[in-house]
Amino acid sequence: MNIQGENKTQNRILSLLPLWIVIGFFMIGPLLVMAVVSLMESNVYGGVHFKFSLSGYRQILFDTNLFDEIEFNPAYLIIIARSFMLALAATFLSLLIGFPAAYFISRQSDRVKNILIFLVTIPFWTNLLIRTFAWIIILGKGGVIESSFNFFGLLDEESSLNLMYTNSAILIGLVYSYLPLMVLPIYASMEKMDLRLLEAATDLYSNRIELIRKIILPLSMPGLIGGSILVFVPCLGAFIAPDLLGGGKKLLLGSLIQFQFSYARNWPFGAAMAMFLLALVILVLIFNARLNRKHREYANQK
Amino acid sequence: MKEKLLKILVSISFLFFSTSVFAAGKLNLYNWADYTPEDLIEKFEKETGISVTVDTYDSNETLLAKLQAGGGSTGYDLAVPSQHFVEIMIKEGLIEKVDGIKDMPNYKYVADQFQGPSFDPNQDYSTPWQMGSASWAYRADSYSGDGSSMMEFFKPSDEVCGKVAVFKSPEEVVNMAHLALGSSFCSEDPNEMQAVMDLLIEQKKCVAVYSSEGINERLMSGEVIMHAHWDGYSQVGKWEGVDDLTYAYPKEGVVGWFDSLVMPKGAKNVEEAKAFMNFVMHPENMAMLSNFAAYANAIPESSKYLSDDMKNATNIQVPDGIPVKFGQACNKESQALIDKVWTKLMQ
Repeated sequence: MNIQGENKTQNRILSLLPLWIVIGFFMIGPLLVMAVVSLMESNVYGGVHFKFSLSGYRQILFDTNLFDEIEFNPAYLIIIARSFMLALAATFLSLLIGFPAAYFISRQSDRVKNILIFLVTIPFWTNLLIRTFAWIIILGKGGVIESSFNFFGLLDEESSLNLMYTNSAILIGLVYSYLPLMVLPIYASMEKMDLRLLEAATDLYSNRIELIRKIILPLSMPGLIGGSILVFVPCLGAFIAPDLLGGGKKLLLGSLIQFQFSYARNWPFGAAMAMFLLALVILVLIFNARLNRKHREYANQK
Repeated sequence: MKEKLLKILVSISFLFFSTSVFAAGKLNLYNWADYTPEDLIEKFEKETGISVTVDTYDSNETLLAKLQAGGGSTGYDLAVPSQHFVEIMIKEGLIEKVDGIKDMPNYKYVADQFQGPSFDPNQDYSTPWQMGSASWAYRADSYSGDGSSMMEFFKPSDEVCGKVAVFKSPEEVVNMAHLALGSSFCSEDPNEMQAVMDLLIEQKKCVAVYSSEGINERLMSGEVIMHAHWDGYSQVGKWEGVDDLTYAYPKEGVVGWFDSLVMPKGAKNVEEAKAFMNFVMHPENMAMLSNFAAYANAIPESSKYLSDDMKNATNIQVPDGIPVKFGQACNKESQALIDKVWTKLMQ
């Protein structure tokens, strides 16, 4: 009996080994490299000097100006705030579109449901870069939207809607890219919903808005939160859509970090920004865990 | 148990053995995008039996970052940096010394003034690839200026305001601004850099996009009329149908560059890489490069093999009296100033 028990623990440790190796190698390892780089001194031609320095972190707030005076530099805070606003807006829009879409899908027959879910996942079969390029063709001058406007006589040949290279273009790109990540978790929690609750509520004279507010929304909350996180986090670090659709006129967190590793050749600062981004994401995740726990407690009380 | 272990060890060593066998006759080239003609690679493979893999990058900085991060294990045997980056890579120990470049049979074709260039005086590291310049180009059918001044680009008239595009990397842009203002490249003078910054911020009001990719497509669709551009690439754009695309040779000058083949540290296929270096210096092969990417080269005899299109390529002929100023490797101080200017511009 005892031997068997020991074998079991051994087996469990052994069978989890690949997981630990994967996490260690592909997650913790690279993160440690980043953490170390962020604490080094930068080398003028890229790479780092192995000498401890906090300059990477200091640069987030303070910088020397062109005349070598140290001053508070809001530039990076502005960039961080901009990324935050954009990610929030993208999450909000995805929520607005994703919630009704997920509800609609969850109310279909099983066959239709499967087809619709399948359709939602199809974009993932193509590379994000290519999908974003497609939007250039749609939004660009003489693109799909403009030529259809032309066709219906809403726009004359010479003028342009100037859709490309704007903040709205970035937003469209982000929402399009990450919308499935919003729909799927919401759908998952709505699917489990007991439809009899809706019937009971209707029997008790609740109107549609109350139905959504008091039953559908609370019951699909885990999906809503999960989906929002899945959209918000990648949007915070996005740089493909801002670059291709936004015209690269304003730096965002993702492109700022990329800039440090390429043109600016300031790896420690880039790494420090990456750690900063990571800290932001962890904060959001902690917030999410809190919400989830509250939700569970609430559900248990019921 | 022992037997099992032995079997595993044998199979692992066999794995190593087999990869090293397959590695012979291979060459991994890391080059700029749209810069390697396929027919040239095919010709090389046919003549030597060496199979070539080509990967691409979009800027000298990307290449440098990759070599810095790779630390001698990038897996590439050859790369094509510009003159000042060759200098940096030598200094940082990122590229190998190549024995006997001067003794390569085709080295004799290299024009005298390009033998032992300033960035590699003893020709220890590099062989020539292509050369050209950076400036800007415009669609002559929609723009009434004549491209005679750099300020047409930095202070766009109302006619083109909002339809101007600029490179995504600060390097050439800042150098072009230096040309426009008459200050020198890699300036360490804060006042000069302030002027550069003011000029760029003023220009930004009229800029539609900062991008170094899809330049000709953007000009063709008419999304922009004026675009920071390279001489040869603008010529290719002209061939591809942007008929009135004109490359500007402003009186202040253009930013010159000279790309060379170099061998990254830790290159595995040294002999194959040398064979390719020698191969490229042959006039006929060099002409294939120029015919494809429309840039000039350092092999005078290659002109015999140039296509008619290339012989009549107006965008790459530097008019008399227009200075070509080559980009330099900036030191830490001036690099930091450039970064600050660019971050401020993009904040």
